[in-house]
Amino acid sequence: MTKAALARTDGLQTVTSDDPVVQVRDICKKYGNLEALRGINLEFQRGKLTTLLGPSGCGKTTLLKIIAGLVPATTGEIRVNGRAVTGPGPERAFVFQDFALMPWATVLRNVGFGLELRGVESVERNRIACRYIEQVGLAGFEDKYPHELSGGMRQRVGIARAFAVNADVLLLDEPFSAVDEQNRRKFQEDLLQLVELEKKTFIFVTHSIEEAVYVSDRIVLLSPRPGRISRVIDPSIDRSASPDEIRRNASYLDVVEEIWQGLRQYAE
Amino acid sequence: MTLFGIRIPMLASLVLWALVWEIVGRLDLIFLIPPLTSVIAAGFELVQTGSWQSATTITLRSFALGMTLAIAVGVPLGVLMGRVKVIDNIFGLWVNMFVSAPLSALVPILMILFGLGETTVFVTVFLFAVWIIVLDARAGVMQVPTSLIEMGRSYGASRWTIFTKIILLSALPEILAGIRIGLIRGVKGVVIGQILVSVIGYGELFELYSRSFDMERFWALTILLFAAAMMLSAAVEHFEKRIEYYAGAR
Repeated sequence: MTKAALARTDGLQTVTSDDPVVQVRDICKKYGNLEALRGINLEFQRGKLTTLLGPSGCGKTTLLKIIAGLVPATTGEIRVNGRAVTGPGPERAFVFQDFALMPWATVLRNVGFGLELRGVESVERNRIACRYIEQVGLAGFEDKYPHELSGGMRQRVGIARAFAVNADVLLLDEPFSAVDEQNRRKFQEDLLQLVELEKKTFIFVTHSIEEAVYVSDRIVLLSPRPGRISRVIDPSIDRSASPDEIRRNASYLDVVEEIWQGLRQYAE
Repeated sequence: MTLFGIRIPMLASLVLWALVWEIVGRLDLIFLIPPLTSVIAAGFELVQTGSWQSATTITLRSFALGMTLAIAVGVPLGVLMGRVKVIDNIFGLWVNMFVSAPLSALVPILMILFGLGETTVFVTVFLFAVWIIVLDARAGVMQVPTSLIEMGRSYGASRWTIFTKIILLSALPEILAGIRIGLIRGVKGVVIGQILVSVIGYGELFELYSRSFDMERFWALTILLFAAAMMLSAAVEHFEKRIEYYAGAR
């Protein structure tokens, strides 16, 4: 194993960086007697894609929803751009696992919905929406309804909606888990391009090790019941190579293997 | 339907039964069944009479009033029950009881309360239609996906905006299904109400025709009512299908 490719921080210590856009401080979450998250301290670097990875039940989606302001934390604090958050805000946009599209609205209206809620007038709203529809590769589908699209295309609508509001932080909750395998790979490649293009901070939740290693600048491994940070891994993979080369790259495979060794104790 | 390998249109069964009716009628077996042709002739005659026209006006008026009130009360109550636990606890048991109760049994009490007139019929229509509208609106609101509401919240929608732009629209297919079944129940309500009151509208006509053994007119009126109820239901169904097209993703 080429451990030189891995810069890593072990244990429960705070991960810091120079320009944190999201700070997670001592977050604990309890549902009644069930402890979902314990003592989470994390910082997310601006312009990077950080993945929360872990087995089911490790609280990764809960943590993402706490950061989004959709779920209140029991104790602890979230800071975005230095300000403590108490609920959802315009500097964060969420992409949902089940797409959360309005079935009665066209692609155009769905993508522009975040702007509509902010009172952007319709000409401007449609102009922005059209730009992002094109960017996610759905040009020509503006007037279609969600049920006329495949799963992968629906999630592209969800991502375009999140981009359209021009938030600093994009929160993606297992966005590809309802998308079939072939489209998933294409999707991951497209996501990397969008990350490159948009220069935004991405927080990404997944349970797929390969996906995490392929798309992430940093991977935060969570252990289950209660969810704690078990490790932080920076894959440092050269992304200038073609997608197929990356997937055959030795350091890519090493990181996948190492994460799997760390997680296999939780496999049933 | 296919018979001996030949495709037969659905309408064929209607024609067949009409023929059977006609033959039985011509054979003069029982006075209850006159030939269909004379029933139809009586129908054309009937719609031109003043008594039918005024009965229709009264019937439509009670029906329209009862349905308007049933929708105006039923949809908001159902939506509230779906969103507010306390209201659901207060009304849930009663709505579920009334939706399956034999409401015809209550009409005599309504007659005592509201008199032998249109008011009783109007209240009967309301009582027949309202409960299913409440239940369907409640079901529609309760099954709005959580992620759609979270989506609204995460993009900064106020509670009111989420309610009007997401919850109500999401529940629309169920609300309309409730209204369609409510309309059909309302037709039953208006006929049963009028027959039990028996001095106004179609109830009076039915009473008159059956007592004087005027079976042609009796059947003509019945067929007209059946046709009206079916057309009403088909019209709402057509509207529903258009709405469901937009909701096709579920």
